[in-house]
Amino acid sequence: MLSLSLPPGQHRGLPAESEGGGGGAARRAAEREGTAGSVVPTPVKIRLIDMLSETGLPVIEATSFVSPRWVPQMADHAEVMQGINKLPGVSYPVLTPNLKGFQAAVAAGAKEVSIFGAASELFTKKNINCSIEESLERFSEVMNAARAASIPVRGYVSCVLGCPYEGNISAAKVAEVSKKMYSMGCYEISLGDTIGIGTPGSMKEMLAAVMKEVPVGALAVHCHDTYGQALANILVALQMGVSVVDASVAGLGGCPYAQGASGNVATEDLVYMLNGLGIHTGVDLQKLMDTGTFICNALNRRTNSKVSQAACRL
Amino acid sequence: MGTVPSALKHCLSYQHLLKEQLWIGEPTAPPHPGQESQASGLPEYVKIVEVGPRDGLQNEKVIVPTDTKIELINRLSKTGLPAIEVTSFVSSKWVPQMADHKEVMRGIERHPGVQYPVLTPNLKGFHSAIAAGATEVSVFGAASESFSKMNINCSIEESIEKFEEVAKSARNMNIPVRGYVSCALGCPYEGDITPAKVAEVSKRLYSMGCYEISLGDTIGVGTPGSMKRMLEAVMKEIPLSALAVHCHDTYGQALANILTAIQMGVAVVDSSVAGLGGCPYAKGATGNVATEDVIYMLNGLGINTGVNLYTVMEAGNFICTALNKKTNSKVAQASFNTGAVKKEFRIPETRKMRGKKKKAEKVLFFFFLSK
Repeated sequence: MLSLSLPPGQHRGLPAESEGGGGGAARRAAEREGTAGSVVPTPVKIRLIDMLSETGLPVIEATSFVSPRWVPQMADHAEVMQGINKLPGVSYPVLTPNLKGFQAAVAAGAKEVSIFGAASELFTKKNINCSIEESLERFSEVMNAARAASIPVRGYVSCVLGCPYEGNISAAKVAEVSKKMYSMGCYEISLGDTIGIGTPGSMKEMLAAVMKEVPVGALAVHCHDTYGQALANILVALQMGVSVVDASVAGLGGCPYAQGASGNVATEDLVYMLNGLGIHTGVDLQKLMDTGTFICNALNRRTNSKVSQAACRL
Repeated sequence: MGTVPSALKHCLSYQHLLKEQLWIGEPTAPPHPGQESQASGLPEYVKIVEVGPRDGLQNEKVIVPTDTKIELINRLSKTGLPAIEVTSFVSSKWVPQMADHKEVMRGIERHPGVQYPVLTPNLKGFHSAIAAGATEVSVFGAASESFSKMNINCSIEESIEKFEEVAKSARNMNIPVRGYVSCALGCPYEGDITPAKVAEVSKRLYSMGCYEISLGDTIGVGTPGSMKRMLEAVMKEIPLSALAVHCHDTYGQALANILTAIQMGVAVVDSSVAGLGGCPYAKGATGNVATEDVIYMLNGLGINTGVNLYTVMEAGNFICTALNKKTNSKVAQASFNTGAVKKEFRIPETRKMRGKKKKAEKVLFFFFLSK
């Protein structure tokens, strides 16, 4: 996931076109989530992350320390973590669903971790066989250990604009879960439209509720493009002051809930839009496109990035 | 995100999700609480101008049989769409895909309350259109001299003179004329286009009597930033109520650009069912924004369109099956199970068609030389 931040002090609305520049701390592109659906050889993953590191992205989610029994695509987490070339100034957070995963991650050299909550009881039940409350209790173990080791923790909230099992999710519920995770010590909360069903209308409503509980500077959006709404939803989030955005190079990662449909928004398309808005990201779009070409060739699939498909002529 | 269960048996079926949660299938869905469009300064109603049968099919690789076109338009007429661009009265020498303009015009079922505009690049095309029963026409200008030169071998000024002839005849016959301005956010030859130039050309078309000006991002390079700047310039010359946006999704920016336009008060949006119509300037790239995806967004914003999204998806499925291609609409991809391609709808590409197609590909699609 790529998160891009606006220059400091520009959290209210979009910056003017003439402004920009300054060290925007961009978050990074989802190597993890993007390749979760395919079985990718370890050297290819390492090469992908190394290429992403060269683009100027400041954060690259590398892998997931979950049991290979559940997510075999991430079984090589330790090798990936140890194999990548970690550039100074770039963060490489990893997923850690529990204390065991956290400890394995730290042993492998992780310096930042992420935990995943959800705004839907049914989604949590289906995914990890417990309630939202119980999942947060499990995470608190990770939080305690992370605090002791001075490791920052990022919190994700899934299903913020809709759930494949429950349907509509109330903005109040999203705000409640976000607040809990923020209070537990997550430095940032990434709000995920897991099935891409949200629109600028529901995004606005959800953010308005969450922003009453969590400072906007600690918020990120993680939009899926399953219904083609991602960039419009991200635009609304930016207009409301959100300055961290998750995305995936080449739009890697389909939607497991809608066969044949796309999932993550493509980092290239996002950066193209932000460039056009005069918002600084620090990312080299051409290098990003080259990285997308590399991984698509390796996976023998077409890119989901429209910018890449159009092969920018202007 | 997180672990995903491999069995999704208990997932809400998408049909349920669409109907219950997203009001897909309800042409006048109530706005979601808290999303009243009026409170947010957005228009209450947005008119969708469906350009799939003309702009879309003209830019597809396969030439579509007349019956299929008529069937498509008839299906679209039942969706609630208020305007459907039917065909183009240009020389078949240049645009063979639209050679059957008379048959299509005469063959479609005209629904009351629905407009069926046609393209008329010059007076000859206009007369031909009227003879075939057209009751609204469109003319195409451009904000780029190079584009105008490459397309119709004349300057912007010369093209305006031709359109004035059309506008004058149309006025005498009480036929409304819609004006298009291409390359409003960038040109494949000149690159950047100044908002001032777009405003100037728009003003010329409006002054000659066009009731509406559709501002086209012909190569889809625009972003919310450039859309905003361009609209600000044009809005100084033309009333907001007479403006429309025609966004291409070649760089994935269309919905964000349309949202920006709507936030500025524009209430007319052009789109193409199933996102028909590629981009002749970027091989393999998409072109028109998909009507389904636009309506989905507008529904979510609580904006009324009068259009039943589900029936549009059905029309999209019909034409994609006929063209043997995948839809460009993400909403359709995610929610409409098209099943196997039906053989009887497949259109074989003959050698003659391939030859004609090759010639047509050399001609840029918005402008045509007069005979």
